[in-house]
Formats: sequence, C-alpha cells, structure tokens
Amino acid sequence: MKLSNCIKAVALAALGSVAALPAAAQDPSDPFRGPALSTLEGKWVAYLPISAGFDLAQAWGGVVKEEAEKYGMRFTIQDPNWVTDAMSQGMTSLIAEGPDVIVTQNPDTQSLARLLMQANRKGITVIQMNMQGAVQTDAYVGPDYVGLGRQIANLAIEKCGAGTDTSHKISIVQGVLTGGVSYFQVQGIMEVLKDRDDIQIVSSQAADWDASKARAITETVLQQHPDLCAILDMWDGQAIGTGAAVKQAGLADSVSVITSGGGAKSTCDLIRDDTFDVVYNYDAPGMGRDAWTAIMISLQNGGGGKTKTQIFSPAWPMTKENVDKASCWDPEIYAKRLR
Amino acid sequence: MKPLGWRAALTQERIVFFITLALFAVFAVTLNGFLAGNNLLALLRSVAVLGILGFGMLVVVLGRGIDLSMIATMAISVAWTIQLVATGTELGLALAIGFGFALAMSFITGVLVAYAEIPAIFATLAMASFIYGFGRANLITGTDVVYLPASFGWATHIGQGRLWGIPIPVLLAALFALLVWAFLKFSKHGFNTYNIGDNIMAARVTGIAVRPTIVLQYMLSGSAAFVAGLITATAVQSMNTRIANSNMIYDVILIVVLGGVSLSGGRGTVRNVIVGTLLIGVLVNGMTIMDIQYTIQNVIKSVILLMAIIADSVLNPRDEQTGQQGDI
Repeated sequence: MKLSNCIKAVALAALGSVAALPAAAQDPSDPFRGPALSTLEGKWVAYLPISAGFDLAQAWGGVVKEEAEKYGMRFTIQDPNWVTDAMSQGMTSLIAEGPDVIVTQNPDTQSLARLLMQANRKGITVIQMNMQGAVQTDAYVGPDYVGLGRQIANLAIEKCGAGTDTSHKISIVQGVLTGGVSYFQVQGIMEVLKDRDDIQIVSSQAADWDASKARAITETVLQQHPDLCAILDMWDGQAIGTGAAVKQAGLADSVSVITSGGGAKSTCDLIRDDTFDVVYNYDAPGMGRDAWTAIMISLQNGGGGKTKTQIFSPAWPMTKENVDKASCWDPEIYAKRLR
Repeated sequence: MKPLGWRAALTQERIVFFITLALFAVFAVTLNGFLAGNNLLALLRSVAVLGILGFGMLVVVLGRGIDLSMIATMAISVAWTIQLVATGTELGLALAIGFGFALAMSFITGVLVAYAEIPAIFATLAMASFIYGFGRANLITGTDVVYLPASFGWATHIGQGRLWGIPIPVLLAALFALLVWAFLKFSKHGFNTYNIGDNIMAARVTGIAVRPTIVLQYMLSGSAAFVAGLITATAVQSMNTRIANSNMIYDVILIVVLGGVSLSGGRGTVRNVIVGTLLIGVLVNGMTIMDIQYTIQNVIKSVILLMAIIADSVLNPRDEQTGQQGDI
C-alpha cells in the first residue's frame, strides 16, 4: 500500500469510529441513563460550608466537585470562614442568583432555617451536610447524631457503669451548644444516661469547637476528679485538646477519651499515640459520596424540596485494635481538589 | 475637686486585686480541691498564654497604640512553623522562619502606624486580615488546623513540659513579665514609651526618636504573639488558625484594661496586667469547677469588668486634664 493510501485508510477508520460515537451515547441497552444524565447536565451546584478550610468540608466538597464536573455540571464554592453573618449573606445572594443545587452546612440549628426554606420555595435543591437545621430540605446528609450519642453513652456505661471497678464518673465536653453535631449527640447521651444511677456526670461544659478551651476545661476537671473514668467529647478536632490534657496529666491509661469525627489521617495518628481511646468514625469522603447521591436523587425527582430525605451516613467505632484496617484519608488531597 | 485620700488610694488595680483576693478566699472555702497545689498551677497555666499576650499588648498600649493583629500573627507564624517541620524543614530553622515572619509582620504594622501615621486601630485591624488571609492562602496548604508532627522534638515541651514541677508556660510567662518590666524600667526605649504615650508631640519636641520606638513596640508585641502561639500549639498538639477570628483579642485587651492600664496611653505597669490576668484565671478556674456553662462564664466575666470600670470612674472621676487625653 502506498503511503497516501495508508493515510486515507487510517482517516476512514477514524471517521467511522467518530460516526459510531453518537450511537454509543444513546446507549440503547440502558434507556434510563440518558434521562438521568439530562437532569444533571449543565446544572449548577453551589457549595457553602461553614468554612472551606477544615478537613470535613474539604472532603465533602472535594468528592461532590469531582463527581459534578464529571457529569458536565458547574461547581462553585463560597468560604464564609466560620463567620455566620457572612454565611447568611452568602446564602441570600445564592438564592437571588438561583443555582440548581445548594450544598450547605448549618452553623447551628436556627441561623439558616428561614433561608433554606426560601431556597426550596424558589425551586433550588438544598442538601444540608452534617449539621441538621430546624427545617427539613431535600436531604440531610450526616450521621444519625442522636443515635450516635446513644451508642457513645452505652459505651460509657460499658466502660464505667455499675459492673465496673471504676469511680463511675464521666465528663462531657460539648461543642457549640446550639450546633447540630453537639446538640443532638448530647440529646442522645442524656436520653440513655438520665435514668442511670450508676453513672455520675461530674462536668458538662461547652468548648465552642476550640481545642485550647477543651484542654483548659479538662485540666481543671481532672484536678477535681483524678479518678474520672471517661470523657465524652463531641468532635475530634476539639477533643485533641481534651486528649492532650488527659495525656499530660499522666492519666491516659485510666481515663478513656471517647469522641467522633470524619476519620482523617491526623485522627488515626492520635488513636495510635493514645490521645483518643475510641473515635466514632463517620468517614467524611463517604459522606461526600452520600451528598452526591442525594443530589442525583433530588434532581432526578424534580428537585427543589420535592423529596425530603434523611441520609444517615454510617459510623463505626475506631480503636487502637482496628485503626490500622481503617483507610484514613489525607485532607491535603481534598484541599487541593477544592482549590 | 480632689477625691478624698482613701478614695484616691483605691485605684482600679487595687479594686481588681481585692476582688481577686475576695474570690480566691470564697473559692478556697467553698470549693473542694481549689487550694490544691496542682489546681493552682493549672490555674496559672491556663492564663499563661493570655498573660504573655497581655504583656506584649501592654507595651503597645503604653505608647497610645493598640495591636489587634496579635492573634493573627500568633496563629499564622506558628502554624507555618509546624507545617515547615512537617514537610521536612529542620526544627531550628523552622522556628527561626516562623519567628522571622512574626517580626516582619509586626515591623510592617509598626511602620504603618509610626511612619504612615495610620491610626493604630485601623492599621492593626487591616494587618490582622492581611496576615490571616495571606497565611491561609499561601503558607498553610492543608486544613485550617495544622497538627504537630512527631519530629517537633524537644519543642513540644514548651507547652507540655515542667521544670522544677512548674509548668513551662507559667515560667515563660514569668520570664516575659520580667523582660517587659526591665524594658520599661531600665531601657531608654521603655522610658520613652511612657513619654510617647503621655504626649507624643512633647516627646518629639524633646528629641525622642518617636517613630523607631513605636516600631520597636509593635515588634515586641509580635514576639509575644509568637511565644504565646508556640505554647498554645504544643499544649494541644496542633495550631488552629481559626483563633484569628475568635474573640481572644478582646480577652487580651480585657486583662490589660481590667488591671488598670489606660487605653489613652502613658499609664500602666506590668503589675496591672498580672493583676488583671490573675482575676480572670481565678474566676474561670472557679467557674469551671462549679460547672458553670461557658456562655454564662462570659456574661459573668463582662459584669466583673464593668463593675471594675464603674468603681474606678466613681472613685476617680475624670477631670478637665485627664479628659483631654486623646482617643485611641
């Protein structure tokens, strides 16, 4: 074959494969794929967490962004950087601009409640991450915190209750008092513990999600009750201060630090070095996947509050025994993805 | 009209000191374990960081300035240091870079206030946003909490260790108090700090190098921020850069003002800051033992501050002369 003929043959083959492409996209074998994709294509997902700077928000956003862009959607992010006012302003302007989906995280149960309702009324799909607000929107995605609180309380009973050779004393370190994660976990804990005479809660203070405050509170509590049996802290990012106080008081062997978090690499390291005893891991990238699932379900069913779903992300207790089997994730990867 | 003799003796510092003593006595009698040696050390330890920041702030306030960028400097300089160590930089070099960053930032702040003559409150507010924003965007690549790597080595003792049974943060706070006291008492720039705060025009006329002294004041407060940051970070094995947005800077101003340092400059000593710090320490420790909620603790703290200020203005009413002091 001459060279020119050869080129012609290659060009013909290439043309043939291009012509075959539209047929493949129609995908006659799966009649549901096309309609599903068309509800996603060209849609706009706006992401508004409390802050884009912390590990959980980076993991959720990173996963949702990657999936959204895969399906030809637009992804934007706003970073109110822990300022609630800036967050409600951001939400107000988003409602005016009208994205198709808002993925957000409530700073507390009330602040965004009315705005979320407004967004739903305008036909915008609203997914609430991790912190359930006072209104129900298309989906809440996060652990069942009341249930998680109960599990934690039962673990406390197992470690410090009537049958054990301990002081039966526990203390609770809350986060922001009105923040969903803290509020609902404490609710679950109190439901279990209120009728238990064998457990004595010697302190229940709020540390505002701040590790330094958690450390100062715990240091004082340990001075008063060096025979403390366990400390229940509502978030691992804060509990690092609680754990540090216990460790530095030389009580890491006798006082159990029980907390919960998204399972980042730093948390696994802190379990290995005895700062934490048990961490209920709710796997933040997994929650990102749940959020993406919620977006697909909602958009395929018309969006804008037509389906109201609680998606409880799985959580499981992580200890020194099983931490090596856990796939602890590196927040830097998701931080880069979001940038 | 001059106040009566016994009234003049009751300065705000003394009032706060008496309140502290009274609270101490009440807690000692009513709270189990309050008087235990370890609890008193924990009490001091918990306010050591605040005290160090307060001593830095004192120098600036004495020169009739204010430094609202301290917490941002503290958060970013130390978070960057930790990140450098985590990514393989040698510990000593990383500490030097972090400290250099704190000094450079406070140098710029000082120049803005002293040479560009931007009012301190605006210059430092703007610098706080700049330092935090610049740091988060360019220096800290991962999450806003930077965790201490194992390679942080001996430096972890800054926040966690003890020397002769005393927590190192308490010793560092005492050392800082001594340094600032010596600076104000014996050095030329310390003496001039009072003069500048009292009357900047008069200071200039008498040939004091006003502008370099002001820059030096801010660099001292930047150094205090770095040391306080190292203690905070090593105590909880992480640096949370979010504290730049917290109300911690108000707590620093609170202990300075509470002890009786005048925000209009020129009046105040290290002792004032120590008294203010001790009151907050005793109060917070006692309230934590009593298991009083944090939000209510804040309310009680503010009420006590208001009481101290009201008592001071009743006992030492402002007259024509003191009223002429400029605003901050």
